[in-house]
Amino acid sequence: MKFPFKRCMATVWATLFIGPVYAADVQVAVAANFTAPMQKIAADFEQATGHRARLAFGATGKFYAQIKNGAPFEVLLAADDDTPARLEKEGLAVAGSRFTYSIGQLALWSARPGYVDGKGEVLKQGAFDHLALANPRLAPYGGAAVETMNKLGVLSALQPKFVQGENIAQTFQFVSTGNAELGFVALSQVVEDGKLKRGSAWVVPAGLHAPIRQDAVILVRGKANPAALALMKYLKEDRARAIIRAYGYQY
Amino acid sequence: MLSDTDWSAIRLTVELAGVTTALLLILGTPIAWWLARTRSAWKGAVGAIVALPIVLPPTVIGFYLLVAMGPQGPVGRLTESLGLGTLPFTFAGLVVASVIYSLPFVVQPIQNAFEAIGERPLEVAATLRASPLDTFFSVVLPLARPGYLTATVLGFAHTVGEFGVVLMIGGNIPDKTRVVSVQIYDHVEAMDYAAAHGLAAGMVAFSFLVLLLLYTLNPTGRRA
Repeated sequence: MKFPFKRCMATVWATLFIGPVYAADVQVAVAANFTAPMQKIAADFEQATGHRARLAFGATGKFYAQIKNGAPFEVLLAADDDTPARLEKEGLAVAGSRFTYSIGQLALWSARPGYVDGKGEVLKQGAFDHLALANPRLAPYGGAAVETMNKLGVLSALQPKFVQGENIAQTFQFVSTGNAELGFVALSQVVEDGKLKRGSAWVVPAGLHAPIRQDAVILVRGKANPAALALMKYLKEDRARAIIRAYGYQY
Repeated sequence: MLSDTDWSAIRLTVELAGVTTALLLILGTPIAWWLARTRSAWKGAVGAIVALPIVLPPTVIGFYLLVAMGPQGPVGRLTESLGLGTLPFTFAGLVVASVIYSLPFVVQPIQNAFEAIGERPLEVAATLRASPLDTFFSVVLPLARPGYLTATVLGFAHTVGEFGVVLMIGGNIPDKTRVVSVQIYDHVEAMDYAAAHGLAAGMVAFSFLVLLLLYTLNPTGRRA
């Protein structure tokens, strides 16, 4: 049998030359709470479109400051809806590209099984030393946690026990190492495929705080990048939405 | 210009740096003495361990401290069994972390000063029938004074400048773990640049004055 040299070479040429013409990279700033789903979505996105999403994770407030000072991000997946709107108003984001890619879900979580009950009564008993939450001044999940405790009437009693993470990822770290007995984290950090990964959790009912609308926006640097447009489109497709939902978000 | 929380952060930072420096001078002296005098094969290894915080990223120190001092970690189990609870998110925890973090900045200048004294003054003191302890306090310490000045200033200043470790194990608690560097970071992230400038400019001025003081009083002892 003859080796199909020509056909093989055709594939090689195609990969070398045709590939890069259509596939582009896009620099994406991603809110820390969306880390896990975004890693999966980015992998699928690359397979589906050939474009590659390069991800940076962090606090939305920090990204805002960096973008204002010329950071090379092309898309922002924020943890709130204020920041993208503000960037658009300031001419740093593409007008009309903004949409809500998910609505965040707050959870009270402990690394210990059975520690957090299904109704959050543990907050009222207050038999713990440290309650972790994201800094409410910087992170929407921290703001929602404060709002929730306020509605439950336990805010002033619990305030002395607060330990604050700089963002929701650090808050999770405090609880997952057991240094804080429990804390308010993003549900996406503790569930996978709709199931709790470990410990115990109370999914905070939506009525206890204003919805955490998380908006995505194309930044001016990404205006002409086909990969940025493709990513925004992909986030609205069923495959991406299935992943987003599996991590406990709504949209 | 500075708010109450800013002042509280400044007070806390000075307290932390003061306690840390005092502890380090006490702990660092025997370590420096041993390193300066020993012919043991362990000298290299101990010297390297003391110097580790110079090269390790604060994230590594912070991460390991968080895990080690947590309820499942070896240090955390020890402190819990002693009835002290766990150390992260406490002032004591920050002191422990700062002692580790600033150790080389105190030990190395003292060690250099001890080495510079050499054998001769000790031998002379011994022929005059001074006890080793007497020799240490009446001969070694006065001769090593420039080293101690450098160690004190660097230990204090380096603890004031600490950020990453505190961020990772502090939990940002007002009056307990929210030091100046963390407060500045908060201001910057919350986009309150005016407040950030107030504290940040203060830090620049403080650091400059401290180093100026060191270089003026101690022109030969500037290197650690």
